[in-house]
Amino acid sequence: MFNFIIRRLGIAIPTMLILIVFSFSMMKLAPGGPFTSERPLPPQVLANIEAKYGLDQPEYMQLFNYMKGIITQFDFGPSFRFKDRSVNDIIAQGFPVTLTYGIWSFIVAVTVGISLGAVAAIKKNSWLDYTAVGITIGAQVLPNFVMAPILVLIFTLWLGWLPGGGWNGGEWPYLVMPVIALSTSYMASIARITRSSMLEVLNSNFIRTAKAKGLSNGSIILKHALKPTMLPVISYLGPAFVGMVTGSVVIDQYFSTGGIGQLFVNSALSRDYSVMMGITILLGALVIIFNMIVDILYAWIDPKIRL
Amino acid sequence: MSLLEVRDLDVTFSTNDGTVRAVNKISFDLEAGETLAIVGESGSGKSQAVFAIMGLLADNGSTSGSVLFHGEELTHLNDTQLNKIRANDMAMIFQDPMTSLNPYMRVRDQMSEVLQLHKGMSKSEAYNACVSMLEAVKLPDATSVINRFPHECSGGMRQRIMIAMSLLCQPKLLIADEPTTALDVTVQAQIMALLRRVQDDFGTAIILITHDLGVVAGSCEKTLVMYGGRILEYATTKEIFAAPSHPYTRGLLSAVPRLDTETDELVTIPGNPPNMMELPAGCPFAPRCEFAKDICHAEMPELVAHGDHEGLRACHLSLEELS
Amino acid sequence: MGSVASEKANQLAKHNPKTRKIEQMAQNMANTAPVKGRSLWQDAYHRFFQNKAAVISVIALTAIVLFSFIGPYFAVWSNEEIDWARLGKATEMGAPSLENGHYFGIDNLGRDLYSRVIQGTQVSLMVGLIGAGIAVFVGTFYGAAAGYFGGRIDSFMMRLVDILMSIPFMFILILMLVVFGRSLYMLFIGIGLLAWLDMARIVRGQTLTIKNKEYVEAAIATGVPSLTIIRRHIVPNLMGVVAVYATLLVPGMILTESFISFLGLGVQEPNTSWGALISEGAGTINYGTTWQLFVPLFFFVVTLFSFFFIGDGLRDALDPKDR
Repeated sequence: MFNFIIRRLGIAIPTMLILIVFSFSMMKLAPGGPFTSERPLPPQVLANIEAKYGLDQPEYMQLFNYMKGIITQFDFGPSFRFKDRSVNDIIAQGFPVTLTYGIWSFIVAVTVGISLGAVAAIKKNSWLDYTAVGITIGAQVLPNFVMAPILVLIFTLWLGWLPGGGWNGGEWPYLVMPVIALSTSYMASIARITRSSMLEVLNSNFIRTAKAKGLSNGSIILKHALKPTMLPVISYLGPAFVGMVTGSVVIDQYFSTGGIGQLFVNSALSRDYSVMMGITILLGALVIIFNMIVDILYAWIDPKIRL
Repeated sequence: MSLLEVRDLDVTFSTNDGTVRAVNKISFDLEAGETLAIVGESGSGKSQAVFAIMGLLADNGSTSGSVLFHGEELTHLNDTQLNKIRANDMAMIFQDPMTSLNPYMRVRDQMSEVLQLHKGMSKSEAYNACVSMLEAVKLPDATSVINRFPHECSGGMRQRIMIAMSLLCQPKLLIADEPTTALDVTVQAQIMALLRRVQDDFGTAIILITHDLGVVAGSCEKTLVMYGGRILEYATTKEIFAAPSHPYTRGLLSAVPRLDTETDELVTIPGNPPNMMELPAGCPFAPRCEFAKDICHAEMPELVAHGDHEGLRACHLSLEELS
Repeated sequence: MGSVASEKANQLAKHNPKTRKIEQMAQNMANTAPVKGRSLWQDAYHRFFQNKAAVISVIALTAIVLFSFIGPYFAVWSNEEIDWARLGKATEMGAPSLENGHYFGIDNLGRDLYSRVIQGTQVSLMVGLIGAGIAVFVGTFYGAAAGYFGGRIDSFMMRLVDILMSIPFMFILILMLVVFGRSLYMLFIGIGLLAWLDMARIVRGQTLTIKNKEYVEAAIATGVPSLTIIRRHIVPNLMGVVAVYATLLVPGMILTESFISFLGLGVQEPNTSWGALISEGAGTINYGTTWQLFVPLFFFVVTLFSFFFIGDGLRDALDPKDR
């Protein structure tokens, strides 16, 4: 197990470095410095500001300092747009919001998806199965940016049950629609994968052996079928997580939650590169760590993977 | 009372392309401690017949007819009632030991759950019983093997594990579905020897399903030849080998390569097994039979005794016509 | 060599009456039950058109494509023209109507939604097709190279894919769009270049499988040059998989583009796409102009469904073992 984790870190760390270097060079490639504006600053002032932000140093030194800041102090440097705020401040303001409904969405997608898929597989060709399959097919074409306006239309404008946006400290009425909008398509994918995986497992020879042993259906599913069913689901968790992290941008933007995605879009529109980079790197790190955990979980469940 | 009495057993599968009659009105008896071989080509319905006996058919399969085990009608039992009999009184070994053992569970857990379920043993009691059973099937290094996953064992080891697992509750009937097909020839011989010894030691009745007549010769008292879901011949193994009475049995026997006679080429039965979706009205073997007459295509012959022989055969032709 | 053996067999057959009889019977059987051979592609074609969902999807998709070409000839208003009479009164006067020529109503700026949707359809389909085209091109080459060369080159190339796959690309893409300007070309290249990773993995896996097939080994053994093997054996056998995943990539590309455009970071005014139109419609639902959301959404949903069903249909048609 230890060796496996070390090997897995051997992928995660270079990935992280590539991400940082790539984002950094993108920023350097950007036409015009961060302080170019309609009203040109006097050269002396510009030089002062650039010195203050370390922009007068050679670029590799800038990169080195930037990485040093991230690694040693978790410091993403100052914002280029808001002179008195650091990237860390800005992220700290939006991140808890996104994290809250993000975790909820993930839990909903995984639990509802797996239960729906498993029930559909166990009750194959029943009305439950057909409903589940119908939902999963339909939800394929209902990405978050389609779900969000439809939910608002129904629950805010027509029924008037839920507020159409805002956050309000994460009270549940403000949480419901973001969570549904973000989780639906992933819930559907997880249900589809669970269903087909479980059907395949239930048709396999070792399940027949388990039946021949006289085990009840319940214990066949729990003791014999569940683990192999979960393997494809677990491999999908990585992509689902990336999708949800990405989707949070739409949710934050559409529901005006003030989350990290809204900050990202705002900084994109105002070319605040350092905030964009900070958010990209932070979320990238989250994704990379999550993928690592998923891989370890997979290896732990599948005995055929050498640890 | 026989241990197992099968009467008019039918197995049908409903598929997208139509209904498949896999097994067609088969009947046979098995006494306690006896060995019966069911022989046939792939697709002859031999495996589905025994799956039906144990209630292990796929979801789209259905059974009719009667299966009396110890005088109890198995086809009327629900899953819960059947589960008390499965593994406990009637156990099964499958063709492919790699895929028939759960690849995600250690041998230990797969074996001991049988004893915990049927005998109410504790985990450690079951563990010890499993180790001694693995030793009884001559598995070297049982204490280490029991802690492995199936993929860490060889094919022969896995089949020994399967056999040990099936014997844990000392069942009265052991059904072995092509137990040696997936194994090397040398391992095949070992496994067959083991099954014979198991029978002597435990007094278990065995139904051995195979397409390999060589396997049957040394180990079974009675042989049942199936083709196209029907029984064509049912006799003692001795008689089957010495005086096969059905053209299909003769074909099968002449297709076995022998060392003691000189032949230039392998003999085969021409043609293919029938399409189970569109079985002929008459004898399923008629289209491939070199002796077939008009009646063979029109009418299925009864499975009856012939002359002073003990065995039963289903053929319109007299023995004289066959020679 | 082969002819000598067959001649010997023929002679044997001539002298053996039994074999001759059997041969005759086999001949008869072959005559009575003719089986028509069909090529893989014919078979796939047949299976595909048996699939109702796929056929309906092909029709729906064709209709949408035709609409995007022919639709402009029926337009009363151009996509840039502002209907000053109705500007700002969309809720009361902007609903879809045949009389005033705004078949799909007007958008928030008083422009004709019918023409806007046609424009958006063209852009979205183009982004989908070109993006998928780039991904297929890069991914197939990369994957086939990795799979064909194998060994260290393969593991290095695939490690790189693994690394790139665990990066949240949407953020990088948005970063690129911000840095290099939000042009349509940037969008094509960006989306296409990000989507080749899956393609590369799939093609690499398929190449490895094909490379180890007996017919390729046979070709290598008989001295067929590498390029010919790639051209004759590997590429044709990759086609099926590539076709299926290319079909499934197009809706993926459309989704990605719509996502970015929904955020206002993709296609820029006066150009538009389904994502941008959905975004506009979603922003104005408060004013009761729901057609602004539902019209582009309808085209978006129908197209995605069609591509998914066609992809599934192709996969089932080309990969019969899955059924």
